[in-house]
Amino acid sequence: MTAIKTRESAESSDPAVRPELPRLGWRGGLRYLWTQLTSMRTALILLFALALAAIPGSLVPQRRISPVRVADFINEHPRLGPIYDKVGLFGVYSSPWFSAIYLLLFVSLVGCIVPRLGVYARALRARPPQTPRNLTRLPAYAKAEVSDSVEDILRRAASALRRRHYRVDVHEDSVAAERGYLREAGNLVFHTCLVFVLVGVAIGALFGFRGTSVVIVGQGFSNNLTQYDDFSAGGRFTEADLAPFSVTVKDFDVRFETGPVQRGAARLFRANVEVTERPGATPRQEVLEVNKPLHIDGTTVHLIGHGYAPKVTVKDAQGNVAFSGPVVMLPQDSNFTSVGAIKAPDARPERLAFEAFFLPTAVLDEHGPRSIFPDTLNPALFANVWYGPPKVETGRPENVYSLDTTGLSQLRQSDGQPVRIALKVGDGVNLPGGKGSIQLDGWVRWVKLQIGDTPGVPISLIALAFAVAGLCLSLFIRPRRVWIRIRDGEAGDEGEAGNRVVEVAGLDRADARVGLTDDVAELAAELSRRPEDVSAT
Amino acid sequence: MRYEYYSNVAFVSSVVVYVLAMFAHAAEWAAARRLGGEQGERELVNVAAAELNSEPSSTRAEPVDARNEPVSSLEESSSRSRRVEQFGRIGVALAIIGFVLSVAGVLLRALAAHRAPWGNMFEFTTSAMVFIVGAYLIMVWRAGVRWLGLPVTLLAAVGNGLAVTVFYVAVAPLVPALHSVWFLIHIVAAAISGAAFNVGGVMSILYLIKKRAEDRDKVHGYLERLPSSRKIDLIAYRFLAFAFPLWTFTVVAGSIWAEYAWGRYWGWDPKETWALVTWVIYAGYLHARSTAGWRGSKAAVIAIIGLASFWFNFIGINLLVSGLHSYAGV
Repeated sequence: MTAIKTRESAESSDPAVRPELPRLGWRGGLRYLWTQLTSMRTALILLFALALAAIPGSLVPQRRISPVRVADFINEHPRLGPIYDKVGLFGVYSSPWFSAIYLLLFVSLVGCIVPRLGVYARALRARPPQTPRNLTRLPAYAKAEVSDSVEDILRRAASALRRRHYRVDVHEDSVAAERGYLREAGNLVFHTCLVFVLVGVAIGALFGFRGTSVVIVGQGFSNNLTQYDDFSAGGRFTEADLAPFSVTVKDFDVRFETGPVQRGAARLFRANVEVTERPGATPRQEVLEVNKPLHIDGTTVHLIGHGYAPKVTVKDAQGNVAFSGPVVMLPQDSNFTSVGAIKAPDARPERLAFEAFFLPTAVLDEHGPRSIFPDTLNPALFANVWYGPPKVETGRPENVYSLDTTGLSQLRQSDGQPVRIALKVGDGVNLPGGKGSIQLDGWVRWVKLQIGDTPGVPISLIALAFAVAGLCLSLFIRPRRVWIRIRDGEAGDEGEAGNRVVEVAGLDRADARVGLTDDVAELAAELSRRPEDVSAT
Repeated sequence: MRYEYYSNVAFVSSVVVYVLAMFAHAAEWAAARRLGGEQGERELVNVAAAELNSEPSSTRAEPVDARNEPVSSLEESSSRSRRVEQFGRIGVALAIIGFVLSVAGVLLRALAAHRAPWGNMFEFTTSAMVFIVGAYLIMVWRAGVRWLGLPVTLLAAVGNGLAVTVFYVAVAPLVPALHSVWFLIHIVAAAISGAAFNVGGVMSILYLIKKRAEDRDKVHGYLERLPSSRKIDLIAYRFLAFAFPLWTFTVVAGSIWAEYAWGRYWGWDPKETWALVTWVIYAGYLHARSTAGWRGSKAAVIAIIGLASFWFNFIGINLLVSGLHSYAGV
């Protein structure tokens, strides 16, 4: 509370500073700015600005979370979209204005904590304030008649207060006591820890990395950049930081709800994997599940998605196998209607390609082919066929999930309708015109692994634990001052003349505290009792 | 699915009982309108006189004179205050019945689902209402806050009512992302702190009403039965000061869980964002209370905005915005 008062008094002294501003020069101006920035009022305004600024990011699609929805939004709002883009509404949490608010808030925080640390350090050594002359003026006051000697009562008063965890000073005819120093300590710990939370986040952002990789069940992932489908890392991350482990997905167990309620909802994802910490090390078996990531040599591997990869064999016009193997397809909906491209660039004399749908539980109705359940109850592959002259190998990477049809023609029937292929597992068809054949050999699942390391997390986590503890101290500790004075009985007092009177008075130093009057009365009553009574209770 | 059936019966009954409790408290308020306050007393006298006049027999038998009037109005007043007391007690008794029913509903739901009953919006709402009404009943018992009866039973009736009508989903197992010990920790903390935010918010509204009446010197009827605005403010503060660290913990626990389940501790998911917004607003409330010029009404308004943000996070984000926390299932 003292520190808050210091803050307020600094604020109230501002008007006095303001007229002198021109003479203070730039240093004075800076000081004035600093005082303004670290004032409680500014902190409040910044807090609300932060709350307000965070809102649009929850309502407008964000690039970092779903780039597709951002693109959709821009297409749907051709006029608003570019404006949104310009002011950073598609990346609120990395936008300059959002960063400005939280950085200012933290500067204000630091500017507030540092002086308060000094104030608190002095307050820690401070003795309880001198007993006020007129105790009756304090918020709580009680008195009682006593017959013991002054020394006795003072001694008992001091020990009673010490028992209640007060810091006690015994004076000539009075006792001054104070408690609740931990409140401000908790407050300072909380605010300091918030800074450390941010430090932890910053370390994670600078030194951390995160990437994903789609791994077909039965195949493996080894931790180097070429194996990632997408990858992002902080400025201080280097490729050498990647631990040289590899993970083989042995099998993957998936269950879906088959009952009437929430039919099709996921019920189990479990991958059995073999982890090799470094080349040549003995592999170990692990189970990878949602909520149970693997920790390998400082890197964390999460299971964050799965899907289907139909196994197909494509033969070309000459009868040679042009492609054979699983093709990863991307799920489009919760029933795993999956889309992908089957490419046979080596087919001769013409290369072949297929735009394909894999449906784990296929139905064909007026909406066309679609899947009605996420598990493979009736798997089927639907495809359009494209062909064209062989392409020169450019080495340029292309999207494996979609088909670029430049240089390709769609295969059509004699009536001009595009050829549509529908295959069940084990089925194969010859393409019209002797272009070749395609067969659906089966299917496998793939899992999407997220591999990453966020080094600052322990710092943030420990800081948060202390922050919550500090917060509790600062909210629940009750700073209180109590004074006890012994004086001779006066005309106004009840009881026999010549007896002494003990006065107890108290003052709460934090908001919203109760029980002061009761505690003061209880202390007075305790002191008025004779020692033998006290020991009896 | 007998457990599920009885659980639903319990919840629907609890809504009915809460509505009845609300009526009882409304009657308590209405009866109290005629009590206390100078103006109220004057009205009371007029009414008493009018009642006497309207009964021909009594008018003739005992002509109203200046001396009789206060006596009869005093009797009238004491019978009125007895009626107020009766309605209040009925309200509390009904609230207890509603509470027992809704606890039974939650327990039966847990039995029906073979898991902690916090997997969706319906289950979260019904559990949070148990915490709210439980806190209220404890405070009635320990601190005599029957004046909270009307808003709390209203809140409970609306909450459980929405739950059984709009949010209802049949019992089902959990998706794998919820198979975690943090499921219990995160959601229980959220439900308890949410309950405390709600009670604190209701009190902040009462505070503003009472403060306005005090400032205009128009405190009578039910408002007179409320504690002083300062006292209401203190109790509201205590609820919010309890809720804030717990909410902090809820957010932290959520982000630990997110690190396990989704591989990142913070992803600006709409739910996460609004949890932070709510946190920041309540942080603002606590700062406002210790800043000159912001205490009292302004702080109470901030607490109400915080509650609005909590509700938006719960209902708006679950139903309107798509995100990883789309657990409403409706």
